[in-house]
Amino acid sequence: MPASTAVSLSKVSRVFGPVTALDGIDLDVRPGEFFAMLGPSGSGKTTCLRLVAGFEQPSSGRVAIFGEDVTGVPPYRRAVNTVFQDYALFPHFDVRDNVAYPLMLRKVSKAERHAAAEAALEMVRLSGYGARRPAQLSGGQRQRVALARAIVARPKVLLLDEPLGALDLKLRESMQEELKSLQRALGLTFVFVTHDQGEALSMADRIAVFSAGRIEQVGSPEDVYRRPANRFVADFVGSANILPPGLVARLAGERRWASLRPEDVRLVACEGADPALVGRITARSYLGASTRLALDLGGLSVHVVRPAGELLPTEGPVAIAFEREALHLMEREA
Amino acid sequence: MTRPPRRPGGSLADALWRRPGLLAALLLALPVLWLVVVYLGSLAALLVQSFYALDDFSGLVVEEFTLATYAQLFTAANLAIIQRTVLMAAAVTLASAVVAFPIAYVAARYARGWRKAAFYLAVMLPLWSSYLVKVYAWKLILAKEGILTWAFAKVGLTPLLEAVLAIPGIGGNSLSVSYIGTFLVFLYVWLPYMILPMQAALERVPTNLLDASADLGARPGETFRHVILPLALPGVVAGSIFTFSLTLGDYIIPQIVGSSRLFIGQAVYTQQGTAGNVPLAAAFTMVPIAIMGLYLWGAKRAGAFDAL
Amino acid sequence: MRSERTPLPLALAAGAGLLFLLGPLLLIFVYAFTTEERSFAWPPPGLTLRWFAVAWERPDVWAALFLSLKVAAVSTLLALVLGTLVAAAVSRTRFFGRETISLLVILPIALPGIVTGIALRSAFGMMEIPFSFWTIVLGHATFCIVVVYNNAVARFRRLSGSLVEASMDLGADGFQTFRHIILPNIGSALLAGGMLAFALSFDEVIVTTFTAGQQQTLPLWMLEELIRPRQRPVTNVVAMVVVLVTFLPILAAFFLTRDGGETAGVGK
Repeated sequence: MPASTAVSLSKVSRVFGPVTALDGIDLDVRPGEFFAMLGPSGSGKTTCLRLVAGFEQPSSGRVAIFGEDVTGVPPYRRAVNTVFQDYALFPHFDVRDNVAYPLMLRKVSKAERHAAAEAALEMVRLSGYGARRPAQLSGGQRQRVALARAIVARPKVLLLDEPLGALDLKLRESMQEELKSLQRALGLTFVFVTHDQGEALSMADRIAVFSAGRIEQVGSPEDVYRRPANRFVADFVGSANILPPGLVARLAGERRWASLRPEDVRLVACEGADPALVGRITARSYLGASTRLALDLGGLSVHVVRPAGELLPTEGPVAIAFEREALHLMEREA
Repeated sequence: MTRPPRRPGGSLADALWRRPGLLAALLLALPVLWLVVVYLGSLAALLVQSFYALDDFSGLVVEEFTLATYAQLFTAANLAIIQRTVLMAAAVTLASAVVAFPIAYVAARYARGWRKAAFYLAVMLPLWSSYLVKVYAWKLILAKEGILTWAFAKVGLTPLLEAVLAIPGIGGNSLSVSYIGTFLVFLYVWLPYMILPMQAALERVPTNLLDASADLGARPGETFRHVILPLALPGVVAGSIFTFSLTLGDYIIPQIVGSSRLFIGQAVYTQQGTAGNVPLAAAFTMVPIAIMGLYLWGAKRAGAFDAL
Repeated sequence: MRSERTPLPLALAAGAGLLFLLGPLLLIFVYAFTTEERSFAWPPPGLTLRWFAVAWERPDVWAALFLSLKVAAVSTLLALVLGTLVAAAVSRTRFFGRETISLLVILPIALPGIVTGIALRSAFGMMEIPFSFWTIVLGHATFCIVVVYNNAVARFRRLSGSLVEASMDLGADGFQTFRHIILPNIGSALLAGGMLAFALSFDEVIVTTFTAGQQQTLPLWMLEELIRPRQRPVTNVVAMVVVLVTFLPILAAFFLTRDGGETAGVGK
């Protein structure tokens, strides 16, 4: 009977002494999904991952994997494997023995496990590296070994802790695509932790945004980017402009906080514009494909991103304009 | 094969995983039992003995609580022994700090690659080579017919050696029966214990601090006084704990090289051995323990451990 | 830029210090070959290999040597087990009183040897335990624990915590993780600790004088010769052999731990 959730956390809290790392969270990850846990450091996302792996136990609440309650089950009895942030390759094993380690523990014969290790290495495009030592590999290669080792025993869920954090920009981009296609090829559930919203947006099917031990929003990348649930999500995911309830009431008729993406804002002439939307440019940065401007609208700071090549005013007062649909209404004024 | 099979012994592994406290207790049971029973037990036995006394007539130990044995420590002869030992320990500690500094500093700051390894080995080999062989080597060196007398004669400084040996108190018939001799052997034997912590402390001084100090206009001497010395001090304190404690408790060096006057260690040895006065020997060992306790307490008060 | 050249006065002082440290040991090697029998005369009137043969024929030297080797081997083995257990407990689990445990381990070497020696002797006396091979071992193992402990703890600390988690994550329980991951990674540190413990025990004299009774270990034999010399040239030869025997484990331990820095999880 296929379970409807791959990973399910219900009312899970984790307290370390005086610190509450997780505060009663509920979370369901669907089978076959590429799921991201996004949040700043200390938001509880890594603790959440460690609870699923079994390195930590919840102070209260339940953790289930494919419908089976694993609360209190040690990590070595969970059908879940982890790719560690520092890769955690065993320095005294060569690459092949590292990858074959889970199979050795399962008493698979030497010939069989070496074949399986070679196949897993091929999946991460490291065929022929089996005889090397971890110390002889580059950072990117080490990560591939860690990945091969985590999938060789066919876990039901693969956990990745900041998988791209230690790689340089170029490598990170190519690894993003590779992780995506690996996940599709294996049909596995991937759960990965990151503090980089760009990474979460580009790779994940769904994202949970963490803050201070709670989940602020769960949704598709478009949901959290276009329709943030609250000011924290709007600010953390893509740094949206946040408009105060007073202004929003005048523009949209409702006293609520609203978010407005910088790329949805245009610059227009001041004549006939709403006086609340008139201000001046305080900073300008050239980003290559676009230009980013900082505006001061009578005390309210607003960012605007315009495609490169657009003619932009250099001085004097300027007004902003945007479509009504671009304005996303969030929580009411407290 | 998503999950490893249960294996024999697996349930014990599970139990230990669930209760890390139990694991720690199991790991510690044997060694702690050993250390508490064998070692602390023995120290306790020693402490108890120090409160017994020797019956002067029968020569047997009377197993009744008394402070009489401790009172004996305060006789003039015994106080002289304690004073002599403490002075020697202080002198050895000071001298080893002075001799150790250039070695530790060069090893920490300037030596790189094979030179660094050579420095390390040059300190480690004397540290770990046989204590008695080291003492023996100095018996050879300090002997009246030995290499030191020969060297003084070669460079025509024999009168200087004779003048030094003529100094009352620390001099003597030859170097090997003088306090100077005892001092030199102590210094030699404990010097590595000063170099190693000193070097460790100096290695923790970031180079850019020295650059910063020079950049701010300090002359090398000032950098040394205001930057290097305060930062090296924790290492000196750590080293001095060794040199001081080891000198206080030693009874072999003064027996082999030096005058016939006793040090604490020798007093302990003769009291428990030939004199058969175990209570007085036990009381005597409490002296270095008490002095080291005070010393450590003082060092802690001075904040020497915070920096370690 | 700060100059990397050592200032001359500093270099001279350090050089003199090193000469002071190593010179006496070198002297031992020269005296082993001297023809002089009665005194410590320098320079040696002549050189000979004769005393090696004489020392070789001395049964008391051999008996003392074998006893020392036996004591050192057994004490090292005990210290290896006990020291590793404490190091594992201190670095792998969190519990109340860790500081106290470390202090307890260090105490036997921190207190002057004479304290440990006389304490053990008075305990043996009170419990009426007769002196034997095992009373020597009891003392030696007690102060050797700290050497093994120090080496093991340092390596445990370098062994990245995520290696153990990775092993468990991949399906190994605590015992399997110990066997396949922890032991191979701390092995060389244990070997080094064991060698140092061996050297420490082989050389120990202060505690041993209190726990040995009639038995004579090699250092006790040396001490006897120092106080009441019988045949000085034989002592010279034995001294040189002892220096060589202790140097080898020290050198081995040095080369074993020197390359330990690369271990575990420093992927970045």
